Amino acid sequence: MKRIGILAVQGAFFEHKVMLKELGAEVIEIRQKNHLENIELDGIILPGGESTVIGKLLRELDMFNPLKQLIDDGLPVFGTCAGLILLAKESINEDESYLASMDISIKRNAYGRQLDSFQVIHEFKDIGEIPMIFIRAPYIISTGNEVEILAIVDDNIVAAKQNNMLVTSFHPELSKDLNVHKYFLNMI
Amino acid sequence: MNNRYELNKNLAQMLKGGVIMDVTTPEQARIAQKAGACAVMALERIPADIRTAGGVSRMSDPKMIKSIQEAVTIPVMAKVRIGHFTEAQILEAIEIDYIDESEVLSPADDKYHIDKNQFQVPFVCGAKNLGEALRRISEGAAMIRTKGEPGTGDVVQAVRHMRMINQQIRQLANLREDELYQSAKELQVPYDLVQYVHQNGKLPVVNFAAGGIATPADAALMMQLGAEGIFVGSGIFKSGDPQRRAQAIVKAVTNFNDRNILAELSEDLGEAMVGINEQEIDVLMALRGE
Repeated sequence: MKRIGILAVQGAFFEHKVMLKELGAEVIEIRQKNHLENIELDGIILPGGESTVIGKLLRELDMFNPLKQLIDDGLPVFGTCAGLILLAKESINEDESYLASMDISIKRNAYGRQLDSFQVIHEFKDIGEIPMIFIRAPYIISTGNEVEILAIVDDNIVAAKQNNMLVTSFHPELSKDLNVHKYFLNMI
Repeated sequence: MNNRYELNKNLAQMLKGGVIMDVTTPEQARIAQKAGACAVMALERIPADIRTAGGVSRMSDPKMIKSIQEAVTIPVMAKVRIGHFTEAQILEAIEIDYIDESEVLSPADDKYHIDKNQFQVPFVCGAKNLGEALRRISEGAAMIRTKGEPGTGDVVQAVRHMRMINQQIRQLANLREDELYQSAKELQVPYDLVQYVHQNGKLPVVNFAAGGIATPADAALMMQLGAEGIFVGSGIFKSGDPQRRAQAIVKAVTNFNDRNILAELSEDLGEAMVGINEQEIDVLMALRGE
């Protein structure tokens, strides 16, 4: 059984938990530094939420460096929305970057305010058409050479992969479609 | 329910495990964001001051709300009076992220709440019990919070409301299917919502705690009682060291089950807001709107 950690400092982590359990994975909520250090994980999910809050709590709870180390050492990681922001090397409308492990440049709140949140059904590479829910979402502006683009909606990159890292600017965990989570588990 | 309503419920899901803070200026909004607020509530006067000042209190000046929207990147909420759908239209026009139809302001309508299904932007509403929560949801609320007793620094009512809602949810979950019709009648709510609660053991929307939360311990208490996140109003900017207290409350909400961390967070926070006991106040705001 695969053991997946979900970063659970703020945001929609419960929804990921439900999906992973449905796919037969063991799920551990990660709230403190010692959870990262003492528990052997096969993968980790960085969920949606407010990236400023999650980024700040990672630093203040001393989880930032151990998490970055694990990811840079190859731990499979899946970031949705805020999780994508945390993994990105740079953000074009924000001074601060966070884990900066993935070679992508992103735009935060790229679509605007809540009135601009939306849902579409769209093609995801190697999966097919899936529902994509965007909530005050970011998107990817540009990618480095090692990054594989997995979905483009309205000319904007909304899903990508680089080695052990998978990111989506939409929220598969808010739909009932398990395909992207399956895709992630297959990366392990 | 339409797609927009689902998207609006989804935004509340993203706020879970977070702290929404009342702010009155762009400067306070920046402090709140820096301290780890997952959203801010923009208002001209915080509840403690509304209570002191008395008189009619209304929606804030849109210009002031816009200045706060410009100051931060996190979602911005603002309050309208119960039943005042025109104030809500105005907030929708300035693209607010969430509207709080709030008992903290003077009610504009003593009978009808806003038909929130007519709006594109999401609403959060207060509730003291399950019936009230489900009535607000059937009117289109995408998020629920306890009513607490705003501006008092006394957590007793938030505790009472949260316990009441969760007790009633547990009761519904344990009924036989054929008993749900009677529950719908007693609660004065649509049958399909009663059925949802029976089947899922929870509200169909996110449920936060609000009212009287002044310390990290208060926030953790509410989370342990089943709140999915916290609103803090007067508790932060009426205290001695707002930034420090705000940060401590944010961390307490994340690690609400760890007593060692809570002990550490509760140290040396400076003066808490003075507070008023429930028995000492003249106006019980929680009784506004059923």
